Amino acid sequence: MPNLTEALATMEYGPSPESPGPALDWLKRAPFGHFIGGKFTRPADLFDAINPAAGAVLAQVSQGSVKDVNRAVTAARKAAKGWAKTPGADRARALYALARRMQKHARLFAVLETLNNGKPIRESRDIDVPLAIRHFYHHAGWAALVEDEFPGLHPHGVCGQIIPWNFPLLMLAWKVAPALAAGNTVVLKPAEYTPLTALLFADICAQVLPPGVVNIVTGDGATGAALVDHGDVDKIAFTGSTEVGRAIRGATAGSGKALTLELGGKSPFIVMADADLEAAVEGVVDAIWFNQGEVCCAGSRVLVQAAVAERFIARLKDRMARLRLGDPMDKGVDIGALVHPVQAARVGSILDQAVEQGAELHLAGTAVGNFCPPGLLTGLGTSNIGWSDEIFGPVAAVMSFRTPAEAVELANATRYGLAASIWSESATVAMDLAAQVKAGVVWINGTNLFDANAPFGGMRESGFGREGGRAGMLAYLAAPAPSGKERKALAAPAPLPGDEGAGGIDRTRKLYVGGKQARPDGGYSFAAPGGAAPLGNRKDIRNAVEAAAKAGGWTGLSGHARAQVLWFLAENLTARARDFAALVGEKEVAAAIDRALYWAGWTDKLEGRAADTVSGHLTLALNEPFGVMGVICPDEAPLLGFLSTVLPAIAFGNRVVAVPSQSAPNAALEMVQVLETSDVPAGVVNIVTGAQAELAAVLAAHDDAAALWVFADPATCAAAERAAAGNLKPVWAEVRARDWAGAEGRAGAFRANAVQVKTVWLPYGA
Amino acid sequence: MTPDRNPTMPLATDWFEPVRVNRPAAERRAATLVARRGPKKVHQAAFLLNAIRCMDLTTLAGDDTPDLVARLCAKARRPLGEDIVAGLGLTAMPRVGAVCVYPTMVAPAVRALSNSGIPVASVATGFPAGLMPRDLRLAEIRYAVDQGAAEIDIVITRAHVFRADWALLHDEIAAMREACGAAHMKAILGTGDLVTLKNVYDASVVAMQAGADFIKTSTGKEAVNATLPVSLVMLRAIRDFGARTGQRVGFKPAGGMKSAKDAIAWQILMREELGRDWLEPEVFRLGASSMLGDIERQLEHHVTGRYSATHRHALA
Repeated sequence: MPNLTEALATMEYGPSPESPGPALDWLKRAPFGHFIGGKFTRPADLFDAINPAAGAVLAQVSQGSVKDVNRAVTAARKAAKGWAKTPGADRARALYALARRMQKHARLFAVLETLNNGKPIRESRDIDVPLAIRHFYHHAGWAALVEDEFPGLHPHGVCGQIIPWNFPLLMLAWKVAPALAAGNTVVLKPAEYTPLTALLFADICAQVLPPGVVNIVTGDGATGAALVDHGDVDKIAFTGSTEVGRAIRGATAGSGKALTLELGGKSPFIVMADADLEAAVEGVVDAIWFNQGEVCCAGSRVLVQAAVAERFIARLKDRMARLRLGDPMDKGVDIGALVHPVQAARVGSILDQAVEQGAELHLAGTAVGNFCPPGLLTGLGTSNIGWSDEIFGPVAAVMSFRTPAEAVELANATRYGLAASIWSESATVAMDLAAQVKAGVVWINGTNLFDANAPFGGMRESGFGREGGRAGMLAYLAAPAPSGKERKALAAPAPLPGDEGAGGIDRTRKLYVGGKQARPDGGYSFAAPGGAAPLGNRKDIRNAVEAAAKAGGWTGLSGHARAQVLWFLAENLTARARDFAALVGEKEVAAAIDRALYWAGWTDKLEGRAADTVSGHLTLALNEPFGVMGVICPDEAPLLGFLSTVLPAIAFGNRVVAVPSQSAPNAALEMVQVLETSDVPAGVVNIVTGAQAELAAVLAAHDDAAALWVFADPATCAAAERAAAGNLKPVWAEVRARDWAGAEGRAGAFRANAVQVKTVWLPYGA
Repeated sequence: MTPDRNPTMPLATDWFEPVRVNRPAAERRAATLVARRGPKKVHQAAFLLNAIRCMDLTTLAGDDTPDLVARLCAKARRPLGEDIVAGLGLTAMPRVGAVCVYPTMVAPAVRALSNSGIPVASVATGFPAGLMPRDLRLAEIRYAVDQGAAEIDIVITRAHVFRADWALLHDEIAAMREACGAAHMKAILGTGDLVTLKNVYDASVVAMQAGADFIKTSTGKEAVNATLPVSLVMLRAIRDFGARTGQRVGFKPAGGMKSAKDAIAWQILMREELGRDWLEPEVFRLGASSMLGDIERQLEHHVTGRYSATHRHALA
């Protein structure tokens, strides 16, 4: 240590170490088993949990086997009924106790987190742990309210939850708190690298919760896979890489398991020339130089308006040189260690490739071991790996843009859609960009703002489902199964003439694509009641999706404007009632007209919410349409089923490619004339008739269809879910027939599944 | 006049008009900045000693008397007890940056500080409101300089800022600078009155363009005085001005800072936003009165390991 004179000369801060003592004392109880049925199992098949900053082993934990997972699921199942039946007030008390006890041991959690993860103690102490506690408080409230606020919904049962290593305790809280509040029981698998705070949490659970309500099985990807594959798990919630998310989507397809995925990102960070540039510089610090850049929603693509780009980049370089890289247990360190040598190698490899591909890398120091200094990539094109791929390290790629429109174009040119950060002192400009970026969370003049009451989750290949707030609760609640029977698989229609009747003038019904009646690409028709129907194929689906993609104007209309179209449609349908009655009977037509009125009524009423989060922060949870949606209409109720699915989808701004009832497609085809006369803009509704199983698979695999509804037999649903793993579109698949004429035919699910929540944050202050 | 003093330059409104300041972001930065850094042990002692070096030990009250000022000056000469100085292993008694008083108290202060090398700073120009006729305000500067003040803390006319009358503001400050002559001029912006951070930024730049040697937050008489977010914005203005001109304009937060913790917080702010070179009395002053007592107590704790009591130390 320097003497005072030396310290005065340098005015260095010196070391400011947090003591690892109590955490190390707690770790003396290692090796750890799993936490199953309220008790720790005997440790077995051990592996090391390391301190990535020191390279030292902290403790040994058990590799969860299939048998361990089975035992945990059994324990969770055993506890499920009782926990679901526990009065909300009692569940609230339990969650409140979890929050309180975590708070009492907050520093122990923080130190343990930093030791195991490598993140700076300042961050685990001031950000991770308080947010995790806040999450339990918030959801203690939901536990007390769930019965009244979500009538008719029930818990899934047993939830399998798999969390990543970047925010181990916080991600645990995001998963466990809503699950328990909703009345589910849990089997949680923490990340292989960072299991320790979950085990400390288990310690608390043992005292507060009935056995089996929370079970924790440690292990690697194989343990996670065993949980995903387990037949008695009702819901899987996963946060992690897009690659693993895709595998989970495939593995759960057709299993009936509910699924939410929170995956990777390459989030844009847009700096307009009229931004507070100093604020935006600190924004970059909080975006990409937070948590070593190991943040799924990190603003890793910095887009700067040309007028200020040079100055901004210079300021960034200056700023990153002032960040302190080092021992994460030092309270004055900004950037700690990457979580594991494997991650450090991965970051290094991507940076090497980025440079190889022409980027210029500016690092504020030299990477040593698990420590990677903050950095920037400049002079790169959009095809550079440093621009396109998630680095998950403290390095952002920077590019300039000329106009707001170009900023949006660059921002949205990505497979991901997790978050976006927009910097402009003009509310007019900022809200315009916020509305246009494809991201589940948008921060205006801020970044990485979180709260338990602010829904968080992605669009596109960043996943689906939300965590936090009311939307997050919905991910842990299930609607009752439809009352009808399970649908049977339909044989593919034969491309052959059938009995097409005689007399009168011949009717040729065609596909409806882009506002035009189109003959099927294949040139075949199939026999159907009321006359031969065109046999659509994959190319017709391609054309239809293309037409729907072009019809973006529909999404930009006000709810009122869209409502006018739906009312007009109901009017015209009424005028044609007799023609439709000849196809489906008067009763179904009457119900269909009522249904059209119903959705016309809803069109301008699906409000978002202003969430109460942090004081001085306007937090809007907006309902945003997906864009292009596929709808495999139910085979039963050819007209009513078609309208009951297509109308809610378009009411809230989606454009639809619909595959009508395979057995009786003509009612939907007859609707073409109604659509044409009702001012439905070209491309908003596209109709392709034919083999539902085949067309569903094509739609599911189509990367430009953002969501899919499948009301079909189990095999068609399963295949669609499997194929949807490609672009990770959410699939609402339902194998049981609905009572379309009744309340089931207009359930809340049609609204909830027609939109995705976009959370927009706007901190304010004059 | 030192050759590298910031000269008066013509008003250039395009240096500040396009700049935007986002308050929530500034508040967030100010809050996390202090949480991100914290000198401990000998480094903490160094920060506290440095705060003494950079302190404008101040009394600006209606009941000031020559005797009270003399007592303050005695404390300025010997800000720490001998035992603390010895315990810290210092070879010399540290001294404060300056003593800051009203114009009529300059003469007693100069007398009390004779041969100490400690400059006397005087407020002037109708402190604290500044709402006096311009010739009287300038005359007050000349009076204080004539009495022996080496530094003059002027107040700006806040109305010029509210009306965005930058030419008037620039002209006023430039005239004051001229009246100061060889005395260094600190321009008090009255940030508690200016309220918005954009006002603070704009006024900072105009004051620097008009030739201020220091920009200073507040009078200590406003409802809100020095705050970290306001200081942050002023430091950014200083940095931007320096980038354009190469001039190092000093910064003086004043009012409301009472604790050793505050002394450290503002130094962290200086170090993080401007760098190590800005922790020197030539470019950084803390305008405070009761802060010194707390610093002394903390330094005694550093020496003895025991928590200290106020009554054991010499009063200012």
